[in-house]
Parts: sequence; structure tokens; C-alpha cells
Amino acid sequence: MNRLVSMTVNGEPCELSVALNRTLLDALRNEGSLTGTKKGCDVGDCGACTVIMDGRPVNACLVLAAEAEGAAIETIEGLQPAYDKPHALQQKFMEFGGAQCGFCTPGIIMMAKALLDENPDPSEDEIRFALAGNICRCTGYTKIIDAVRATAEELRRAGTL
Amino acid sequence: MKPFEYYEPATLAEASELLRRLGKDASIIAGGTDLLVELKEDLRSAHHIVNIKKIPGLTDFAYDPANGLRFGALVTVREIETSPAVNGNYPNLAKAVSLLGSIQVRNRATVVGNICRASPSADTIPPLIADGASLSVYSGGTERSIPLDEFFTGPGRTVLVPGDIVTGISMPAPRPTSGRAYIKHGRRKAMELATVGVAVSMEHVAGQCSDIRIALGAVAPTVIRARRTEDLLRGRMIDAALLAEAAESAMQEATPIGNVRASAAYRRDMVGVLTRRAIGYAMGGVQ
Repeated sequence: MNRLVSMTVNGEPCELSVALNRTLLDALRNEGSLTGTKKGCDVGDCGACTVIMDGRPVNACLVLAAEAEGAAIETIEGLQPAYDKPHALQQKFMEFGGAQCGFCTPGIIMMAKALLDENPDPSEDEIRFALAGNICRCTGYTKIIDAVRATAEELRRAGTL
Repeated sequence: MKPFEYYEPATLAEASELLRRLGKDASIIAGGTDLLVELKEDLRSAHHIVNIKKIPGLTDFAYDPANGLRFGALVTVREIETSPAVNGNYPNLAKAVSLLGSIQVRNRATVVGNICRASPSADTIPPLIADGASLSVYSGGTERSIPLDEFFTGPGRTVLVPGDIVTGISMPAPRPTSGRAYIKHGRRKAMELATVGVAVSMEHVAGQCSDIRIALGAVAPTVIRARRTEDLLRGRMIDAALLAEAAESAMQEATPIGNVRASAAYRRDMVGVLTRRAIGYAMGGVQ
């Protein structure tokens, strides 16, 4: 049986008809046609499906779509301020080589955004702690952490945090 | 995930009646971080999912220095992790919740859900047992209290019957003489299931132990209290010789299995090491 779920996705109202056993992840990717959020392990271990739900980062694979009724969801698609202008995090990930195959990147960037929203000046330990649930199997984590630190610095300088 | 019927009862009475009627074929969903994984991996079958998030009153959180801590079944692990009252008064619980899964998981998972899942390696259970926590359980219009150390009957099994809903958990406030510690032992620092977890909650003055509770995780079919070891330490001056004796005693109380994460012998050895270490931390040793 399907249910009509109304939520806000990246600031815009979004109404999806989804089966009750559908996860938020599958609903976003299929019914919502937002494939930026990746499906990795599908059991909450890898973090590739990280989205921000009502201000908190969650694994979209462990949320029933029906539970997103009334929620505000942020995904990687909503991050850039304009079509040809990447978000500071995306820019720094490119500059620092923080992505290789790129599959884990949307989840890591959303988790990093949630961290910086809460803590504009994280230490390396705090970044590692925040990203513990995001697994990258291509590269090391050093460049990812450098990119997050550089973003934090830039955003603090620009006063946009 | 197989299809299921989905319910969102608005009251405890409605939820309890529903759960009693549906029987063992129904599961409560709160955080869902264990349940959805089990459903996806066919480790559990449930044709009826009862979401308790629409029930008012289950998100309450209260701490006061006289009555201690009480919070509802829908309070997330992350809320407990970031609570100043928990960090200031229950450092063992604070430590345990910071090591459970990832922030993404902790933002959804509930502490009561972690308890009701009844995993022998659950992170939240040892410190809560050591601190003397009790669960409030609602069923058909009445509420009863169950001490946490009498709640578990086996791996994944508890004393709950269909119609029971755990509504919250409470534990006494610490005293000036209280010392507490939790050590999680694993192969890596994050995203790990405990191979051994040891929680200690004690009352001590100038090296003298007047009371102590020790809870061991992942080394028996349920989290257990090391009661003989507690008896050995209660009323005694803690010194190196007594700590060695306590470590040996705790090892004898553990009944670990060997599995993919650690052998039985290794787990038993670590119970000794970590029990000694946790008592040291609880008495003010630097972690």
C-alpha cells in the first residue's frame, strides 16, 4: 500500500507516493529522482546515504520514507548556491583531491556540512569523530579532513557561518 | 525489505492494545536503526510495524541532583551524548553512547531501543546496569518498574510480553563519593561492536570501597553483573593485590563465546584487564 508523504526537500515542497516499506533513501532516489544521495551498504554502516533531516545528519537508508512526513530534508543537490557555483565544501574537496571515485563524497560532504553548521572551528579530532560513520574505500582520509578544515577556515573568514 | 502493515497509534493505551492483539508478529519501531537492518537482512520477520513516535510524553528528559536522571523511550542516543547533565553526572553512560555507531545512527537510535534489542554487546546496557537503572513498562493501563539487571533473559530476549511498552528509564543521582567508568574494547576506535565492555559504578572514600556494581558486556548471553567480584571488593581497601584478585574473579564470572570478533579465551583475558582498569578509572585514575 502506498502513502502520500509531504516533506520539504532542499527548501522546496515535495510530495511523493511511496510504499510503506520504502526507505527515505529509495524514495529520494526513485520517486524523487534525486540520485546524488548514494546507496552503499543500505544498513547504516557506510554513510554514503547521509542526508540532513530537520537539521540532523542521518542515514537515509535507516529512515522509513513515511517517517519523513513534515520533515525538512537537505541533500547534496541543494548544497550549491547557484547552478555553476559549488558550495565551499565542494570547492575545497576539488582543490584538495578529497574525492577519488566520488561515491562516498555526497555523504561525506553532507556530514561535513552538518558538522560545520554546529561547530565552525572543529579540530582534526572533532572532524575525524564526526566523519567516523562515513567510509571511503578509494583513498585515505587525510585529504578529506584537510578539505573540511580548509572549508571551515574559509567560511569563518568570509563570515558566512 | 518485505511489505508490512504500518501503524501509528496516538496513545500508549492504543499502542499496547494493538501490540497485544498482533502478538509476536509485530515489532515496535522507535529509532529503527536496528529493526530496519534486521528486516532488510531477513534476520527478523515482522508483518506489523508499530511506530510509537506519535505517542506524547516519550521524549521527556529530566535530571535533578536529588532524584537523578529519567528520560523517555524516544530520547535519542545523540541527545544523551550531548547532554551536559549526563556528561557531568554519568561519565560512564556518556562514554558508552559516544561510542555507539556513528553520529548519523545516534541521531535516530534511542537508548531504550538499544536496551530492548537486548544485544549482549549493546553499549548502553553495562553502564546503565552498573548505575542501577530501572525501566518503566506500560501495559494495558498500568505501569510497572523493572530493574534493568532483571530485564534480560538471553541474546535478543527480555521479560517483555506482547502489549508491553517500555516508556522510559530512570537511575539514581550520583553522590560526592561516586566513581564511574565504562571501557569498550574493540578492534578499532569507531563503528565497532564491543568485543568486551566493562562498566563500574562505585562509592569510595580514600581508597575504601563502600559499594560497587560491575557490569560485563559481550561475555555472556546477556550483559551480566559480576556479583562475586562486587562482593569481594565491597567494604575493602582497594590496593594492587585486591585489584589482581578482582580481575581474576571477574574472568571466572564471564562465560564468553568465541566468534568472528574475538576468541573466548581473549575475551576472558580482557575481562580481567578491563575490570582492573575500569575500577582504577572509577577511582579517579586518568583515562
